[in-house]
Amino acid sequence: MTGGAMWSVLARDLRLASRRPIEAFLPVVFFLVAGSLFPLGVGPESNVLRQIAPGVVWVCALLSAMLSLGSIYGGDYADGSLEQMLISPQPALLIVGAKALAHWTMTGVPLILVAPLLGLLFDMHADAIQTLVWSLFLGTPVLSLVGGVGAALTLGLRNGAVLILLLVLPLCIPVLIFGAGAVANVDMGLSPSGHLSLLGALLLVTLLGAPVATAAALRISV
Amino acid sequence: MLRINNLTGIRGTEKLFQGISFDLQSGQVVWLRGANGSGKTTLLRMLTGASAPEVGEILWNGETLAESETYRKQLVYLGHSNGLKDDLTAMESLQFLTRVHGRNADVPALEDALQKMGVFHRRHLPVRMLSQGQRKRVALARLALETQPGVWVLDEPFDSLDDSGVAVVAQLLKTQLGRGGRAVLTSHIPLKIEGVDIQTLQLEKRRAP
Repeated sequence: MTGGAMWSVLARDLRLASRRPIEAFLPVVFFLVAGSLFPLGVGPESNVLRQIAPGVVWVCALLSAMLSLGSIYGGDYADGSLEQMLISPQPALLIVGAKALAHWTMTGVPLILVAPLLGLLFDMHADAIQTLVWSLFLGTPVLSLVGGVGAALTLGLRNGAVLILLLVLPLCIPVLIFGAGAVANVDMGLSPSGHLSLLGALLLVTLLGAPVATAAALRISV
Repeated sequence: MLRINNLTGIRGTEKLFQGISFDLQSGQVVWLRGANGSGKTTLLRMLTGASAPEVGEILWNGETLAESETYRKQLVYLGHSNGLKDDLTAMESLQFLTRVHGRNADVPALEDALQKMGVFHRRHLPVRMLSQGQRKRVALARLALETQPGVWVLDEPFDSLDDSGVAVVAQLLKTQLGRGGRAVLTSHIPLKIEGVDIQTLQLEKRRAP
């Protein structure tokens, strides 16, 4: 039954996103547009572009994930469905987990899918692009999970959107460093596995910690 | 049995009510009354377990609501906000709420409940296209889906309902009490349910000393 409830929260969030496709695609469009501004601004020198590519792509991914954080719990809080979910017999952890998974499916997965396109724009090598995709695969769930904590803490506050950024961005710096570092390593001919392992470890730690923190924050905010 | 023991409601630094004690027995309904800001909603939210009381306790079969594993399966809470999603249809919204609360969410049962509430013909419309009264009716359909004698906590269930809506909800309440269920509710309109003895609890506004 509980697994079914998690699935129904996930299915509902995905269905809601499908009812507002333009809003749902906004983060990924932002990611593409912001990323593609750099080659235009920096100039067409492929060596320079290749060098800055990992950092630029990761920063854009980070910012685009931040764009949609406010809506994770904001809508459900406003119409009372968050309250209903929290007083239901389902464990709050399960609901928080389903919400994070839904957020990642709607914002993280599209980023991973279009990242190779940005890679090509920056003239990255094939193996660097591959590492980029892997680093995003490990890193974007961390953004959704940590972002959930920020979103839960700032529920119902004025200026919540700005506060989320201030709370969450510093916590996401390790992801940025190891994610961009992994790709940079490949460019320098080194192995990215160390950085990717650290990203994986970060993902495990946040998987254990963030849902608990989010559930506790929701209990305070709602 | 639901026992409310010496409960004090606090919002910020202000004491809303103090020393509220009552037992809610099987087949009983309590009508909470009081002026605006007297803490009716605060008390109802405590009864849902959404906020834990700072002073006093609420016990379900001898356990606090946070400890109790059975209470949440018995509870139906309808608050000021309906808990329906604007972009989902009435049917989808109701189905989601029913599923999350672990009740039977089969389509025929849902359709039957919507039929009882008189919004069956609107079931495939997005909630945002329904009127306030119709939204309320969709939210109240959860009451029609209940088959067990649980605990109903209703915040202004008659708000924005027309006369026929009020009658349907009164009938649902009667059924609930008849099968040994319990209900606590607030209402601005006088509450009369035929053949049911309604207990009134008046919340007095306490002035801070």
